[in-house]
Formats: sequence, C-alpha cells, structure tokens
Amino acid sequence: MENLVEAKALTKHFGTFEAVRGIDVEVRRGEAFGFLGPNGAGKSSTMRMISCVSGRTGGELKVLGMDPDVDGPKIRARLGVVPQLDNLDTELTVRQNLQVYGRYFGMSRQKCREKATELLEFAQLSDRADHEVEPLSGGMKRRLTIARSLVNDPELLLLDEPTTGLDPQARHLLWDRLFRLKQDGVTLIITTHYMDEAEQLCDRLVVMDGGRIAAEGSPAELIGRYSTREVLELRFQPGAPKPDLERFAERVEVLPDRLLLYTQDGEHTLGKVHEAGVQPVQSLVRRSSLEDVFLKLTGRTLVD
Amino acid sequence: MQTLKASWFGFEKHWTWYRRNWRATVVTSFLTPVLFLLALGIGFGSQVQSTALIGGVPYLQYIAPALVVVTALQGATFEATYAIMSAFLWQKTYVGMVATPITPAQVLYGQVLWIGAQLFARSAVFVVIAVLLGAAAGPGLLWSVPLGTLAGLAFACPLIAYSARLDKPDSFTTIFRFVLMPMMLFTGAYFPVSQLPDWLVPLVWLTPAWHGIELARGTAFGTLDLLPALGHIAFLTAMTAAGIALAVKTFHRRLAV
Ligand SMILES: Nc1ncnc2c1ncn2[C@@H]1O[C@H](COP(=O)(O)OP(=O)(O)O)[C@@H](O)[C@H]1O
Ligand SMILES: [Mg+2]
Repeated sequence: MENLVEAKALTKHFGTFEAVRGIDVEVRRGEAFGFLGPNGAGKSSTMRMISCVSGRTGGELKVLGMDPDVDGPKIRARLGVVPQLDNLDTELTVRQNLQVYGRYFGMSRQKCREKATELLEFAQLSDRADHEVEPLSGGMKRRLTIARSLVNDPELLLLDEPTTGLDPQARHLLWDRLFRLKQDGVTLIITTHYMDEAEQLCDRLVVMDGGRIAAEGSPAELIGRYSTREVLELRFQPGAPKPDLERFAERVEVLPDRLLLYTQDGEHTLGKVHEAGVQPVQSLVRRSSLEDVFLKLTGRTLVD
Repeated sequence: MQTLKASWFGFEKHWTWYRRNWRATVVTSFLTPVLFLLALGIGFGSQVQSTALIGGVPYLQYIAPALVVVTALQGATFEATYAIMSAFLWQKTYVGMVATPITPAQVLYGQVLWIGAQLFARSAVFVVIAVLLGAAAGPGLLWSVPLGTLAGLAFACPLIAYSARLDKPDSFTTIFRFVLMPMMLFTGAYFPVSQLPDWLVPLVWLTPAWHGIELARGTAFGTLDLLPALGHIAFLTAMTAAGIALAVKTFHRRLAV
C-alpha cells in the first residue's frame, strides 16, 4: 500500500529544546491515522512539519512522495490543514473565507464560488453564509475551518485537535463530518488528547509522549497489547488509606482518587474484593480504553 | 510569475474586505485632506506672508504637495503596525495563508502590494481635493501621487519588518509619538528645513519624509533638477527594498517555525 507520509528519525528543536525527538511514522493512503498524546507531547510540531509549514531539524520526511524542503508549495497544494487554533479571517464573511482561501490555491473565481456553496452545505453553515465569522459558536468556527481545509479537494487532511474545547454535541457533529470524509477516501491525520476521539476515528495511531513515540497500532491492538480486557475502578473515601489489592488483578494503578484493577473479568474480581472485606465507596467495571494504554506506557493520565 | 500570482491572491483578500468595508475608510481618506488643507492651507495660510524662501507662492500651494506625502506616511504607519501584528498574532490570517501553496515571502509581497495600492488611492484623492480647493499650482501636483506612495512604502516596509518581530503592540505608541510626529512636522512640509538648527538637518536627510517632500514639491513647481531627483528616488527605493528584504527574513522566521 502506498504511503502518503514517511518519517524516519524525524526531529524538531526550538533552540536547545527538543520538541520532537526522532519519530518514525508511516501513513497509508485511505486510512485515518492518529497522534494521541498529552499537551506538550510534540503533536503540533509534528503536524506543522508534515503540513510543510515548518522545516525539520533532522531526520527524513516524505509527504506525498516529495521532500517538504524542496517541494513545499507543491505538496501544500494537495493538503488540507486544520490548525489547532482557528485562524479564520474574521474581517470576511463565512462564504468569503472559503472563496478567498480557494484563490490561494490558484483556483478560478467561478470554481471558488461553486466550491464555497458546496462546502457550506457540507459544514451545515449555508444559512450563515453571508454572516460575519466572529459571532459563530466554537463548533461552527471549527466546521468552517474544516470546510476551508477541503477547498482544494485535498488527498491528505491534517487535523490538529479538531474537537478540543467543543461541547459533546458539537464534537459528535464534527466526527460525523470526518467519517464522511473518510468514506470518500480522504486520508486523515488527527492529533488528539481525547482517547474516545482516537478510538472513534483512527484506524491506526501512535501514542506520543515527550517528543517520542511510545507505541503504535490500531486501538484494539494497543489495548490488547498493553491492557487487560476489563478494568475495575474502585473509589474510596478521600484521604482514606487505599488497600493493597495487587493479588486480585494482573496490575493495579493507584490514582489520586481511585484504584484501577486490570483484569480479564471485572465482576469476578469485584466479588473477590468484596469477599476480602474491602468496602469501596463506589465501584465500576468497564472495558479497557486507550487511556489505560497511555497510563501503562507513561505512568500518567492523558487529560489532567 | 508564480510569485506574482501568489502575491496577487494576498492582495485580492484585502480587496474582498475593502469591497464590503470601503465606506468606513472613505471618510478618513476624504476628510483628512479637506481638514488639513482648510485649516493649515487656507486658515493658517491666510496669516502667512509668502517669502522668497518658499518660492513666492501662496502658502496653500506651497504645502499641498508636501501634505500628500505626509498623509501617505501617516497612512503607511498605521498599515504597517497594528494590521501586521494582528495578522500574525490576533487573527493569525498569515498563519492560515502559509498552509496553502503561498510562501511567507509571498504573503509579505501581497501585503506590500495592498499597502501601496491604498497609499496611491489616498494620495490621488488628496490631489483631487487639493485641485478643488485651489491648492494646485499646476499639473505638476499629479506627481505627488506616485511620489507620496513611494515615500509611504519607504517607511512602511522597514516598519513591517519591525512589527513582524513583536509580540505586543506597546512600542507602537512610541513610534507614533517620537518617530511619526516629528517626521511629519520637521522635514520641510510646513517650513523650509533651512530654518532648522544645523545639527538637526543631517537627521532630516535620513527620513523618507524629507526625500518625498523634496520630490513632490520639486515636481509640483518644476524646480527640481534631474540629479537630486534621482538621488531622492534612489534613497526611497533603497529604503523600500531594504525593508522588504528584512521583512522577508522575519516573515519566514515567524511563519515557518
Ligand atoms: N515555536 C516554539 N518555540 C519554542 N517552543 C515551542 C514552540 N512550539 C512548541 N514548543 C514547545 O514544544 C513542545 C511541544 O509542543 P507541541 O508540538 O505544541 O505539543 P502538543 O501539540 O502535543 O501539545 C512544548 O513543550 C512547547 O512548549
Ligand atoms: Mg498541539
């Protein structure tokens, strides 16, 4: 299968600070690829290098088979970029934002007009077409930014934290749009620090922390490799000493407010905990998630 | 060719904005010349005795070409400060542009193109109003339009390079007060620089305002020789070019990180 992105030992330094410390990544055509990691992991720095905006400090990088240092503008002509922070032109209307952006790609005015109408429909913003950008809600602005990134029919769409800061409803609406794009064959690269987003959207992902890649695989593979099938969460009175329950599970994580017991059968483990006379305030059995994978790999939680 | 096209798209963005918002800007571009010419040329000028030093012409006509240059410089200062900072930091429109095939340098060229066009339009409006108010000594005043634009760009381009490095706008007020204001007042617009103390004159020579005023007034009254004219144009062109070269560097450093 053809790789749209190939990075080997890719690094990015800011002065003496190493934001990206040698990562290997391959993104295949047609897949949705994720970078999952907490703030400061180096996700945005990586995305800016892939989007051929920022030069690399070291290593190799090929995007669409070309070297960004040599063919930056040519590659960017075929990419769509949704940056972490919206940079819509708030002095223009919603529709003008799309039309003007299309012109940056050298499209004819006629084509830009058609594309704008089509994308307004896609982003469910047709009724706002001739409004100012500023009063739009966060979710609407995000949808407009995504619409804008599609103006040149990109083969590869880069989304840097597409839903951070949005309410659940706005997030689901956005995910729905991204699913559609995936179905239309657009290759997606998504960064996120939400494990549910990564699980929902990504075929394959890397867990990134401190500028390095900690693990790589599909969400199911990663969970299978680094976690158990189920997790038993136990809450105790704040300040109360937490009992030692190592013997009941394959692994125990101690968080400030609760204990996580990694086990194949949560209910069964809960029964044994009760038998042993341990009385948690609250208990919950759930399936393992990427959050658990991250915890196992780094010893920290994703969102603090 | 590619660069020209890409820079043009940046220009077009501003034009798109202007088509919707020209009413707001038109007031300033018409009102400034009217107020300046009325107050300084006609009002204040009625009390000014024309002397041989100012060529024996009415004061209103004496200051008209210089006022075109001064207004252009004022416009240039605003266009090259807050607007630039906003495009980097607040609206981040430049950041959006460089995610397309457009390069940081082309973003800059588009911006300079737009500022130049605006300065040209403003200067043209000024000259039309000057003619209507009887401030034109002859058709030579038309030269003030391109010359005012050039002087404006000569100040705007280095200032863009400076603004592009900043993270907060605090120093802009200092520039308005201690660079723009003195430059508007003491570079020969309202009285000949020969009236200034000797030690100040070399400083005046370094301002784009003085070169622009010399050119505009000289062409308006037909008193300028070719050699000094070329010298002034060379100075302003060099300042513009140096400003652009510097700004290309800062734009690249800032947008390609
Ligand atoms: N332009 C920059 N100059 C200096 N340091 C930076 C710059 N951009 C990012 N960093 C630093 O690099 C690290 C990684 O940042 P980033 O790539 O934005 O991470 P993420 O997107 O995963 O939150 C952070 O510690 C951040 O402070
Ligand atoms: Mg980020």
